[in-house]
Amino acid sequence: MEEKFLGIVAEALEKDLKSISIKDNFRDYEEWDSLAVLSIMALIEENYGSTISREHLNNCQTLEDLFNLVSKDRR
Amino acid sequence: MAFLTFKNVQITGISACVPRNIEKNSELTSLIPPEDIDKTINNIGIKEKRVADDSTCASDLCFSAASQLLGDMKIDKNSIDVLIFMSQAPDFYVPATAPILQNRLGLPNSTACFDMNLGCSGYLYGLSLSFSLAMHENIKRVLFLDGETFTKVVSKKDRVNAPLYGDAGTATLIEKSHSADSYFSLFTDGSGKDALFIKAGGARYPSSESTLEETLREDGNIRSDHQLFMDGIDVFNFTIRVVPKNILEILEYSKQILEDVDYVIFHQANKFMTDFFAKKLKIPAHKVPYCLDRFGNTSSASIPLTIVSELREKIEGKTTVILSGFGAGLSWGSALLNIGGCHISKLLEY
Repeated sequence: MEEKFLGIVAEALEKDLKSISIKDNFRDYEEWDSLAVLSIMALIEENYGSTISREHLNNCQTLEDLFNLVSKDRR
Repeated sequence: MAFLTFKNVQITGISACVPRNIEKNSELTSLIPPEDIDKTINNIGIKEKRVADDSTCASDLCFSAASQLLGDMKIDKNSIDVLIFMSQAPDFYVPATAPILQNRLGLPNSTACFDMNLGCSGYLYGLSLSFSLAMHENIKRVLFLDGETFTKVVSKKDRVNAPLYGDAGTATLIEKSHSADSYFSLFTDGSGKDALFIKAGGARYPSSESTLEETLREDGNIRSDHQLFMDGIDVFNFTIRVVPKNILEILEYSKQILEDVDYVIFHQANKFMTDFFAKKLKIPAHKVPYCLDRFGNTSSASIPLTIVSELREKIEGKTTVILSGFGAGLSWGSALLNIGGCHISKLLEY
């Protein structure tokens, strides 16, 4: 499940899957900008059927935080 | 209420007018780093937009569109019983702009004229009201004018909003006809009022020296309280939550399938967003017309502008379209109707 999530993040950020890990602080990524945020949200909605509010996103630091949020909210 | 059916009423004419002045997003290098400009343009899908000059209002663009439409279709002005002006850029607070347009267009005193105010869902709301009125025995024709000039309320120092908005004015004629039934849905979520927001200048926060000051905001952009704020994430969240579902709802309500729909015309907000909807709903690309790249986001005028700029040569005897508007309020709506046989004027420049 974690692997699938990392695949989604890599796709959204157009990064090599090998270059990201679940413990990464995603705001440190060079590719992290407002458009990357929308891409991730779109892919999360497509794959997990859930939407992440800005408030919840602000409380996430690592990809693991984001993954936990998405898995918890899964419909 | 949400879902409405209208019988024997149709759009019989649409026209649109845009300012002559073009502003290209590739020239925004003082605002967006040159290395990021191409990526930004690619993602939002907007290369350039039309910008009204200081002396041009939304009502002027609508006046031109309306004059052309009435002339093209040789409409007797005395047959127009209602004039609606939809805009978030009225000429004045008092009086409403619709009476001013009645006078300029030479419509009779017996024309009922009033303004409506909604954001990007405005065309759906105004159109549904026009249909409703046109069904009335004593109402022969409704002239629905929808125009916006958001470029005037966006800060030129706002990296988020400056590339997005363009100006346009449109005119739509609605009257009785032996047409297929038309279907509408209209929704609201006022808890999202802060997502698309111009704070000052109304009764809640009157204008003052401090509201006019351009200051650096939390999102890193510079603007005054009289300039548009948009929370991109909240707006995107809202649209992905409601828009695809709303398209499915209008199909179900009208007992139609996507295969029978010729075009789905989305409010032209952002290509990334509408591509997402089309992909999610499996709508083939040839059914989703865009004019976003040349005109930007023209708010409530974007749907009629898209019809004029993209479908003028493509309307046949029966052309079934879905219209989808969503935006400030938060407010959203959709329609499924036949625009077959509708007159579409050539796009005007002001």
